[in-house]
Amino acid sequence: MTTSTAVVNPTVSVKLTGAGSTFINPVLQAMISAYQAATPTVAINYQSVGSGAGISALEGHTVDFAASDAPLQAADIAKAPNALTIPTTIGAEAIAYNVPGIASNLHLTGKVIADIFSGNVTTWNNPEIQSLNTNVTLPSNSILVVHRSDSSGTTFVFTGYLSQESAGWNKTYGQSKTIGWPVGLGANGNAGVAGVVQGTTYTIGYVELDYAIANKMTVASVENNAGNWVLPTLASSAAAATSVTSLPAGNGVWSTFNLLNQPGANTYPIVTFSYILVYKDLSVNTDLNVNSADALVNFLYWAVNTGQGQAQGLSYVPLPANVVAIDVATIQSITFGTTALAIQQ
Amino acid sequence: MSNYAVRRFKDRLFFFLGIACIVLAVLPLGSILLEVIVKGLPTLSLNFLTTVPGPGGANVGGIGPAIQGSLILIGLTSLIGIPLGVLSGIYLAEYGDAPYARVMRSLNDVLTEFPSIVVGLTVFLVVVLKVSGSVGLGFSPLSGAIALSFILIPIVARTAEEAIKLVPNALREASMALGVRKWRTTLSIVLSVAKAGLVTGILLAVARVAGETAPLILTVLGNTHFFEGFNEPLAALPLQIYQDALSADPGIQARAWGAALILILVVLSLNIVVRLATRGRMGNSGRK
Amino acid sequence: MKISGDRIFNVVSAVVAATAAVILAITAYTLATGSAPILQKEGLSFFTGIMWNPNPAHEVFGALPYLEGTLVTSAIALIIGVPLSLGIAIFLSEMSPATVRVPISYLVELLAAVPSVIYGLWGLFVFRFYVKDYLEIPLNKYLGWIPAFKGTPYGLDVLTAGLILAIMIIPTVSSISREVLRAVPNPIREGAYSIGATRWEVVSKWVVSYGRSGIFGAAILGLGRAVGETMAVTMVIGNSVGPDAIPTSLLKPSQTMASLIASNVRDASDPLSFSAYIGVGLMLLILGLSINVIAQVMVTRLLKVKGGAVE
Repeated sequence: MTTSTAVVNPTVSVKLTGAGSTFINPVLQAMISAYQAATPTVAINYQSVGSGAGISALEGHTVDFAASDAPLQAADIAKAPNALTIPTTIGAEAIAYNVPGIASNLHLTGKVIADIFSGNVTTWNNPEIQSLNTNVTLPSNSILVVHRSDSSGTTFVFTGYLSQESAGWNKTYGQSKTIGWPVGLGANGNAGVAGVVQGTTYTIGYVELDYAIANKMTVASVENNAGNWVLPTLASSAAAATSVTSLPAGNGVWSTFNLLNQPGANTYPIVTFSYILVYKDLSVNTDLNVNSADALVNFLYWAVNTGQGQAQGLSYVPLPANVVAIDVATIQSITFGTTALAIQQ
Repeated sequence: MSNYAVRRFKDRLFFFLGIACIVLAVLPLGSILLEVIVKGLPTLSLNFLTTVPGPGGANVGGIGPAIQGSLILIGLTSLIGIPLGVLSGIYLAEYGDAPYARVMRSLNDVLTEFPSIVVGLTVFLVVVLKVSGSVGLGFSPLSGAIALSFILIPIVARTAEEAIKLVPNALREASMALGVRKWRTTLSIVLSVAKAGLVTGILLAVARVAGETAPLILTVLGNTHFFEGFNEPLAALPLQIYQDALSADPGIQARAWGAALILILVVLSLNIVVRLATRGRMGNSGRK
Repeated sequence: MKISGDRIFNVVSAVVAATAAVILAITAYTLATGSAPILQKEGLSFFTGIMWNPNPAHEVFGALPYLEGTLVTSAIALIIGVPLSLGIAIFLSEMSPATVRVPISYLVELLAAVPSVIYGLWGLFVFRFYVKDYLEIPLNKYLGWIPAFKGTPYGLDVLTAGLILAIMIIPTVSSISREVLRAVPNPIREGAYSIGATRWEVVSKWVVSYGRSGIFGAAILGLGRAVGETMAVTMVIGNSVGPDAIPTSLLKPSQTMASLIASNVRDASDPLSFSAYIGVGLMLLILGLSINVIAQVMVTRLLKVKGGAVE
């Protein structure tokens, strides 16, 4: 029962800490920068340590909020009861490669990507790849697979895509934030994968679209549900979000929800929400008080509304109106003990 | 002794092999210093040293919080680690022949060579996590300082023991002959005579701890802001270098080199100063 | 009865001297209890298995590849680092002019002062390209038929990690070897020189063989350091997981126990996988401890018996 309402005291400085997804990091850091400029009393520290680490930090009550590209799974929900799921941005995962002489737009299907990442296709001129790219002269060099070495939501989304595309992948490896990779080189964070792919020839890896664009990486066109070859762009990832009609509520179960292989002629197939996760009752975080809890709620509200303006410049997709509406309802339900938290925007 | 020329040749070859070994060992040191200076120097400015890190791209920002965080960690670690380390050292030096002391000395030596990631893991489980069975300090300056002092204590204990053992027994005997109790003799006379050696050992140990990264990953987390309180995550130079090195953003990679330049300047100058200052006194035998 | 100040001081300092023992005990206890769940589930196959998948639907944890990665990189460090260190120690203690001895030993010891993360930074952006271009590509081209040199050279692999470890153990091994050599009694040298032996003969036939077990101890201490080294290795070894981490070739990414923990342990979202990382920590602890105890015994025994150079 909510008995009173707290209003953030603007004269008291507040510190908030979040950790998790590296996928969301560029846009979240931009949001935080902009928010702090407007609200100097609120200092937000976000550490991009990987979604898995973020969720464990939330479960260990060592952070005030977590960010993850993978929704909470059953085991997480047990350890972080009453955590809320707030889709905060939408991003695509690019299949980036570094093959001298080959520009962007190499054609790949989900099945071939799965074969590459499971070590069944080991050279660039393998017939599986060549037959999709008849007008490209592919080298005979070995493919160097680059994957994430840390526990990551990006891996969760990517392996979810491979599981949908390849029965063999699904059976052997499945979908997870960390995988016992059969081949390849591990790198830490999206930035780490981007760095290794860029610095090493004949590599292929999966990175969040913004990292691929910011680093001018060459990326593959992937075959979508409609059978078209689609490059990862802002438009082609936005197309995935428009087709979403029914979403779980903020306190509902999101574990099986995804934005993979959405319908539409120009929809890029590997698209995901990135979520911010917070406790519904913020008083379970001993670091917080009513005032800082209210500041957190105000930041979250700002992030899913005004903050969305930061997305496009960084190749993330602003949330569609129906998602924002669900988020606002979720954010309004957050309390500190029995105290409701006022949103002043 | 028939083949004198061959034997002489072998002897010469041997001499040059020795020189080659030294060159091979010193070459990496030269390369590291050169690269850190060449890549780190262009980033340096007052702004770089005093501002918070930016998100990348056009706004790389600086390493102010990392420098501050490292200073805080070094301070806290010294507060915890130096008294415990020195007192352990005193015991091992003054009462070191008992079987108990021998065991403690061996365990201390074992801890000196402990994998630092294991220390970090333990502190994470025992101190950081906010679950039952753990102290629950969270990612915080104190958690980091506890992890670092686990590394500092055995090194200080060891060097303190060696420094105190160098104090001539005649001094102790003279003091006690004047009726001064053993504990007063130790704390006033012995320690003041051993001061130079103690300070040397402590400074070298602190320099070593200042560069430790593995224990920090699991204890202070990192922070893009300046110090926010004793129950909040903290930035640190080695952590900043590790995180920035893994970035694909060239500006952030440059920030890693800038931070590395600062760290290496501090650590190496501490080492060089200490060694130059003690060269005359300790000669060859005091160093380890 | 009045308790004397001496007694109090003795007891207090004795208690404090147990700090290291307490830290060791806490560590051992924490890691042992923390790894109980994974040992219950996997049993012996935690040590012998090669698959590693924290996905709850495919959950399996076998830590053998990381033990192998640790041992192989450390072995490379010893194979390269120990002869170099011994060369340095012999040069400094037996041959070098006194004027260069001190500056050179300072330089070598400065290698120990460089923080591990800076070795990693340098390894990632500088050294690995040297290794790739001047070692791995030629090795692969001319000796690629040997399994150890199979693969595609890209510098983030077992060889680079092993070489960086070799550099990092040089100061430890060379300074202890030097002390061991210094502990060799001078009459042994004088006797050899007096029968007309050259410097090379004196060192190789008498001095080194006299100090053999101490040098062996120094190498073991270097091994201990290599086994536990974390940051530099994590940044250059390629961080592969599962069967792919088995170091079948020098030109292959792998993983050590320390690097696995450093890059993954914060992922505690699944209790069993968290326990698995703690289990790897326990393995590292046991390996590190046994190596160290062996080294301590060998070095201290030798230095104690053969004249107190290390006071």
